Amino acid sequence: MSTATAVSSPMTATVHRIEIHRRPEAGDPAADALRRDAAGLPDALVPSSVACAAVYLLEGRLSDTELLRIAEELLADPVMQSPVIGAAAPEPNQVVIEVHPLPGVMDPAAASIATAIAALVGEDRASGIVVRTGRRYTFGGIDADAGRELATRLLANPVIHAIHTEPYQPDSFPVGHHRPFEVRDVPLRDLDAPALERLSREAHLFLSLDEMLAIQSHYRALEREPREIELETLAQTWSEHCVHKTLKATIDYHEPEDLSDRGAVSIRESVEGRPGHSLGADGRVRIDNLLKSTVAAATHRLMAEGLDDWCLSVFVDNAGIVGFDEDTAVCMKVETHNHPSAIEPYGGAATGIGGCIRDIMGTGLAAKPIAATDVFCVGTDAPSAVPNGCLHPHRILGEVVGGVRDYGNRMGIPTVNGGVWFDDRYIGNPLVYCGCVGVMPRTAIEGDAVPGDRIIAMGGRTGRDGIHGATFSSAELTDTHADEFSHAVQIGNAITEKVTLDAVLAARDHVDGCLFTAITDCGAGGFSSAVGEMGEKIGADVQLDQAPLKYDGLTPVEVWISEAQERMVLAVPAEKVSEIASICESHGVEWCDLGTFGTPDRELILHWDEVEVGRIGMEFLHDGVPMPVREAVWDPEWARQEAGGEDVGVEPRPKVVDTAGLFDAAASLLGHPNLASKAWIVRQYDHEVQGGSVVKPFVGPNAGPGDAAVVRPVPTSPKGLAIGNGLATGLARDPYEMGLAAIDECVRNMVCVGADPSQIAILDNFCWPGCDDPRNLGSLVRAAEACLDGGLAYGTPFISGKDSLNNQFTTDQGRTIRIPPTLLISGMGIVEDESLATTMDAKRSGNHLLLIGETTDRLGGSHFVRVGGDLSAGRDELPTVDLERGPRTAGAVHAAIKQGLVRSAHDASEGGVLVAAIEMAFAGGLGVEVRLGMIPVGCEDVSDVARAFAEDPCRYLLEVKDSDLGEIAEIFDGIPHAVIGRFTEAGPKGGEVLVSGDDLGESSESTDRFRDAWEKGCDR
Amino acid sequence: MRPMTGSSHDQRPKALIITAPGINCDGELSLAFQEAGASPTSVLLTELIERPAIVDDFALIGLPGGFSYGDDGGAGRVLAQLIRKGLYGALAAAIERGVPMIAPCNGFQIAVQAGLLPGPGNGENWPEVPARPTVALAPNESGRFRDDWTGIEIQPSSRCIWTSGIESSDRAVMVLPSAHGEGRFVAGPDVLSDLENSGRIALRYTARDHFNGSHDRVAGICDASGLVFGLMPHPERYTRWSQHPTWTRLDPSVRSGDTPGLMMFKNAVRHALAAVS
Repeated sequence: MSTATAVSSPMTATVHRIEIHRRPEAGDPAADALRRDAAGLPDALVPSSVACAAVYLLEGRLSDTELLRIAEELLADPVMQSPVIGAAAPEPNQVVIEVHPLPGVMDPAAASIATAIAALVGEDRASGIVVRTGRRYTFGGIDADAGRELATRLLANPVIHAIHTEPYQPDSFPVGHHRPFEVRDVPLRDLDAPALERLSREAHLFLSLDEMLAIQSHYRALEREPREIELETLAQTWSEHCVHKTLKATIDYHEPEDLSDRGAVSIRESVEGRPGHSLGADGRVRIDNLLKSTVAAATHRLMAEGLDDWCLSVFVDNAGIVGFDEDTAVCMKVETHNHPSAIEPYGGAATGIGGCIRDIMGTGLAAKPIAATDVFCVGTDAPSAVPNGCLHPHRILGEVVGGVRDYGNRMGIPTVNGGVWFDDRYIGNPLVYCGCVGVMPRTAIEGDAVPGDRIIAMGGRTGRDGIHGATFSSAELTDTHADEFSHAVQIGNAITEKVTLDAVLAARDHVDGCLFTAITDCGAGGFSSAVGEMGEKIGADVQLDQAPLKYDGLTPVEVWISEAQERMVLAVPAEKVSEIASICESHGVEWCDLGTFGTPDRELILHWDEVEVGRIGMEFLHDGVPMPVREAVWDPEWARQEAGGEDVGVEPRPKVVDTAGLFDAAASLLGHPNLASKAWIVRQYDHEVQGGSVVKPFVGPNAGPGDAAVVRPVPTSPKGLAIGNGLATGLARDPYEMGLAAIDECVRNMVCVGADPSQIAILDNFCWPGCDDPRNLGSLVRAAEACLDGGLAYGTPFISGKDSLNNQFTTDQGRTIRIPPTLLISGMGIVEDESLATTMDAKRSGNHLLLIGETTDRLGGSHFVRVGGDLSAGRDELPTVDLERGPRTAGAVHAAIKQGLVRSAHDASEGGVLVAAIEMAFAGGLGVEVRLGMIPVGCEDVSDVARAFAEDPCRYLLEVKDSDLGEIAEIFDGIPHAVIGRFTEAGPKGGEVLVSGDDLGESSESTDRFRDAWEKGCDR
Repeated sequence: MRPMTGSSHDQRPKALIITAPGINCDGELSLAFQEAGASPTSVLLTELIERPAIVDDFALIGLPGGFSYGDDGGAGRVLAQLIRKGLYGALAAAIERGVPMIAPCNGFQIAVQAGLLPGPGNGENWPEVPARPTVALAPNESGRFRDDWTGIEIQPSSRCIWTSGIESSDRAVMVLPSAHGEGRFVAGPDVLSDLENSGRIALRYTARDHFNGSHDRVAGICDASGLVFGLMPHPERYTRWSQHPTWTRLDPSVRSGDTPGLMMFKNAVRHALAAVS
């Protein structure tokens, strides 16, 4: 087929246009997918036909022959595609809709296509060619307005895209213009309090009045006004995002006097033994630096009690580090990227995972990322209303998954573990947790910049993207944020990060030893945070004009605080710079020398050309932030009301009176999106790249839900690392119980796959609604206290953590939607040998099903209630973690696994025992018998329904051979346990679930019904 | 002849692992070669293009998977262009010299666009100018990236030296992991029947696990010499039993020998050793 000629033939124009269409025989899956997505839209928006094409805009002087060669030999595959120079004319009943990135928005494809063009037509001819890419959609049966609406809903995000209703061909690409820079003072020494607050808000500093006053008095003492760049640096460094000023604050915590009488844990009564806590005269508890007195205190006490050899670096670096084997260490970090993901989910999630990967690259003297995790909290697919300024949660989840997929897969880092939690209170403020695990030689766990080291930046160029990300993430979202903060959104380029990673590891592993003395990533706050942190103890003199820019016209302030992605900062001894340069060159990584670490007076000095544009003392920068005492109030009634999120469209279920009702409820539970298979997400991630996988996300012949992942950090060694998480947002009415349950679940998940519970390290990620409200802060305190108690009880040190404390959305009606308090516990645990790895799929018929742990009638916060279950089957109270028995149970389960007595293991958590037993059966292609009457109970009169569906923590289901029951009984001596059933042979029609109960009788149901519900409940 | 083994003491054949921006399966590919008895070295494509003679030092070649240059413009498109321009000659010469080459996933996508697969007809020489692609790896029918294990059928009539003699009575063993968004093998009917008749179809998906919609269920092909093997699955991620998706329930007797993935690499290493001696 010859190349079609265009309607408009722009061969002489500066910007050339090439369209790549698909040949009919090659199919058009993108169009098919769009048709599927459009099916749910109003009829007027559903096109009768869809065709997709790629659009390339090339700016430069190219001959007709060259353009044709580029089209035919590079851009179009001769088997599947055909090119059009210019734009193909639509049929009369068709409309062309195009989506192109807005000027200044990163176009990751541009550079690589330009590289290929240079190979094709020669470097000389290709020099100066600029490439932009876009997408063309040709729709039949709808008009341009409908096409634009369709694009707005499904294809484009106005924050980063322009939608055109005809083929787009600009005369030229916009370019930045060089601007003469000026050093701007911001007069604030004479401002009064309201004016200071106004300045903070209008300049997007998000500093409190106290902080503005501290800055004012500092500059009054200096007898000068702050320069703009100094103020911005302070705002970045002092942001909640960077300095955790809430979690590190002194807090006065109040709780009701009769709390323990109501069955809840009282902090006041247990104040002794809590480090940094003291009791005031009026019954309030004063907590000195909440983080240090709870989360970190647990770790430091555990280290003092013997874990100090194992915990190699905690809370001080970009990630926490623990020992793996004699030569290597492993590290882990989990970040959130909530606000950017609310506005532009694809880019927000991609740069979320990208940033977390860079944290690992910037830990110690660089670690190699070996696994990623992701947990999302989003609105349900059918919310009652989507407020203005919010994207539909269905779209948010789809695009968030796409962002993680494209970034993680391109980086070659397997995304091995995660989860999704649905609740409509996340509608305006979805949570995107991204985690990353790295491996490093033990010799590389520490690095410090030395005076005289050069400040070397590596990786992507600096642009205007992501400005004010740190301060933005510390603010509350409103309906106008998408407009106000579009510049805070970043588009990632995974390939730039991948080559940067390759170069960093080459520099670390250089034959002459590591070429740098310290490394960190440019995350929130950009260079200002990275250089500011690395030079905290010695000062730094920065030449901002040296940074390579994406385009002209950036001011020094913009260069300094830009959060452009994929940049690392290294401290490099001067004599090693040339070696770094040569590594960068061979890997195609850009680098620059930004100045020197170390100044005589421990200052941060900023230069542009020869001019000093800013100067701040490191002491004021890092220690000057005022830490006022904050009020925290624990108000159980309010918390209970807040936690009572209801799912739209869930009908109350009739009371369960027989096994048929029990089966209906079990099927509903398995189909609840929190529990149902996330295969459509997990399978889009390359969870096996690097070849290290030992236990994958899905296990068994029917791909059931594995409890945690196991990977080999050192590919040639059979020693494994389990990676898991725990999240118990259903228990948010008391964040203390919620926190303990999350820790317990995280531990159980990892123990089930073979991890040694005495070698599990965990991470905390708090996402809370606005903590300026003392009631929210009160609930945060309780979750932090759970971290102290749970961490100590389980012997699981926290090694790193992060908080995001302003997760609420104010609608244009003035209504504030607060997220439920959400504490994610992530963990990694040592699996001594991969032969210990255990999976949850039932292995053989005839084997016993053993339940470890007690079940109660506490149905509060359970999924049974969320699917409309009748609470009268139990009590509306939260299940609790037994801090003595829980850890002991984990140890016993591990002992059983170690002795080879456990054929399969599964934690009984969301959905309860019956649901977990059914999962084991269908994952293994077997049937199962469950005798509810045999279940060990923790209180009297526990109904069959509660036995089946209560979500008490600390419980495990184990598959055990008949001949091993004796040894098992010895191991679990003193821990409630019982054989509650057995696995059964699957007939030609599949397995059967047989359930008997004292109240409900006995009957059976095909496992296929449940497997089907589980597979379809969340599918796309 | 140049030394194609590590050193005078090291008799392991040397394997060249070609890397480039966005290539990310070089680690497991190197390890697979190592486990099979070869000595792998990763070299950046830019370096190879500067000094193509480097290729002459090697007895085995691996073109790994990944997202070369972000797969911008199409999977493998940019890297294929760079190879056509600067390395095709050296690679074709190596194949003519008898060097086995494997190209999984992105490597396969690159190889078919760089003129390395399906290669010249039986008895014909490699052309000086790389041929235009005659087969393609199109987006999966689902339109989605997918990571999954699939049943595979080794084609006994194939010339492929990598898959030769690999069989198992246990269907659970004859599987390979795949992870791709553009893996649908597309070829015209004439090309397909030519490939079939000349023994160049090396690997098919089983009908049950045929998730990407490939024509004729083709999962991997080889050139007429059987040395160059391109496939969408990743045999380099199946060189130990604990990588198998249900290994915790496989009978120990089943998982005692080499995995099919490792057998492929051992086949190639044996071939390379025979060529040297």
